[in-house]
Amino acid sequence: MLDGVPQYLASGLVVGGIYALIGLGFVIVFSVTRIVNFAQGEFVMLGALLMVTWQARGLGTPAAFVLTVLVVAAVGAVLERVAVRPLRRASGLSVLILTIGAAIALRGAGLVVWGTDPFAVAAFSPGPPLRIAGAVVVRQGLWVLGVAAVVFALLWWFFTRTYAGTAVRACAVNPRAARLMGIRVDRVFLLAFALSGALGAVAGAVVAPITYATYDMGLMLGLKGFVAAVLGGLVSPAGAIAGGFLLGVLESMAAGLLSSAYKDAVAFIVLIAVCLAQVTGRLPWRMVEEE
Amino acid sequence: MHVTLALAILMLLWTAAPGLAQEPYRVGAIFSITGPGSSLGIPERDTALMLEADINRRGGVKGPDGALHPLKLVIYDDGSDETKAVLAAKKLIEEDKVVALVGTTLSGTSLAILDTVQRAEVPMVSCAAAAKIVEPAAERRWVFKTPQSDALIVGALVDHLKSRGLTRVGWLNVDYAFGQLGWLAFEQAAQRAGLTIVGNEKFGQKDVDITPQLTRVKGADPQAVVVWSIPPSASIATKNFADLGLRVPLFQSHGVGNKRYIELAGPAASGVTFPAGKLLVAEQLPDEDVQKSVLLAYARDFEARYGPRNTFGGHAWDAVQLVVGALGKAGADRAGVRAAIESTRNFVGITGVFDFSPTDHNGLDRRAVTMIRIVDGQWRLAR
Repeated sequence: MLDGVPQYLASGLVVGGIYALIGLGFVIVFSVTRIVNFAQGEFVMLGALLMVTWQARGLGTPAAFVLTVLVVAAVGAVLERVAVRPLRRASGLSVLILTIGAAIALRGAGLVVWGTDPFAVAAFSPGPPLRIAGAVVVRQGLWVLGVAAVVFALLWWFFTRTYAGTAVRACAVNPRAARLMGIRVDRVFLLAFALSGALGAVAGAVVAPITYATYDMGLMLGLKGFVAAVLGGLVSPAGAIAGGFLLGVLESMAAGLLSSAYKDAVAFIVLIAVCLAQVTGRLPWRMVEEE
Repeated sequence: MHVTLALAILMLLWTAAPGLAQEPYRVGAIFSITGPGSSLGIPERDTALMLEADINRRGGVKGPDGALHPLKLVIYDDGSDETKAVLAAKKLIEEDKVVALVGTTLSGTSLAILDTVQRAEVPMVSCAAAAKIVEPAAERRWVFKTPQSDALIVGALVDHLKSRGLTRVGWLNVDYAFGQLGWLAFEQAAQRAGLTIVGNEKFGQKDVDITPQLTRVKGADPQAVVVWSIPPSASIATKNFADLGLRVPLFQSHGVGNKRYIELAGPAASGVTFPAGKLLVAEQLPDEDVQKSVLLAYARDFEARYGPRNTFGGHAWDAVQLVVGALGKAGADRAGVRAAIESTRNFVGITGVFDFSPTDHNGLDRRAVTMIRIVDGQWRLAR
């Protein structure tokens, strides 16, 4: 039974990379705006299906990828501008409900545009799967991990080495002080949503060749990404990345070593456990700080 | 102005006249046009619409009164969701006042609306596979179904496995009604046939990776692997299976009797064998097969309008035709239609030749199942 462990680990890491990318989208929006954006999973769906569309129009993978990320980033920005910003002074619950509504609207749009059939998406570099340390890894799995690593590095650079990134962090720590320092909080909100859209699109575009693309793929992936983000404390990008990989590996190990019937339950049991630990003050790492 | 108005009224009366002459027969249909079951529900809806158009072009259904009644289908989408299916059933029965129901697409939704349909005493012909939908027939007076029961399909698969000497079998199924009921049927049939089940794994229809489960099955060293699901998860399992380099033959359920499955799984689908109805390989059937001409005619009509044929549309064809046949005998009378469906004998349909009786509300036997192998992206009759 333990022979399978390298395979479970490899599968878990690939899936975990996707969860981490989606979880990061949650964290970036939440840490700046204190909004849990449940439309995050639908950005992934848009990313996957737009790849289908551009590829069908004859675009190569790199061009299709860039175009997809730009379009979904724009969708994220539009969502902020037309739906979230007018509700800025509303309660957190209203905004949460708004994002759920946005998710349903985006899924509906996906249904209208692409229909219900699943679509195949061409792998970035076709070829037989590779054998690495006793595990079979599809080439696209390596793309998932590689793209995730590049994205993480870019985000780190952006947040720590650029003025705009520093402004985003400032808003996350203390929006009022940031405003007093002359940072335009509106712009930062817009940027956070655009970034989360881009992250969702990246996740969707790299995972689509493995999972196919369907209009209703966003919900489950979004929930898993949310669990990853919560695992990491919901305000920490590094935490979301760790949470994503942890969740992916846990799920895969549970399916392989315990019973596959409980695979999805794992994610939600972990979520409940973390929330309970946080409420009772037993969580060893920092969760969302109250203002 | 007046002239135009008069003309318009005249035209309205003129076009409406045939409809006014005879009350239409109202039949309700519930299909999973969206959601995970949509690859089944859409061809079912298309087939139903095609039949409705064809029948009305010929004037309608000839009722027991000798007059032609137009057929009016009222179709709702249940989004592959049990709750929505129940709401749709209630609406069809109470508001739309349909004589009979066709559908649903999925076993879960059909089981969910059973009570509603039975209590309202409306005949229903389901397009979903689970045997429980119509068994025991004594408790399912108002419910019929056209797809082959799990036991029938699984029986054909088990016989095939046995005849090829594949006795150590690994099993995976999708974790909702279709997969679970397939598992129950397989467990029974395998035991009876003396097969050894060396793995039993579950996966979700929205899973992105089924490699862990397949790795577990691979570790049990099976001679054959059976995956019981529908696309896209069935296609993901097929691809993962090929990527893992499993060398044993892969079997799937009739849930993959759809060109989309082959498109999604690509070359990995090559060699996959599955039990299914004869529609997919109609051209390869021997000429003495009584179904052959019916199958070819349906395949030609469907493909001319909607694209590649699939067995799910065939289930809807059978369901609609059964209801239409019963309407012809009993008219717009729910109890009469129920009795007429139950007494239908030797009805040559797409799924098989149906012989209904008070104890059998599926009416099919083993002849309704054949083994099909995917070779170079094409369906081939496997012997």
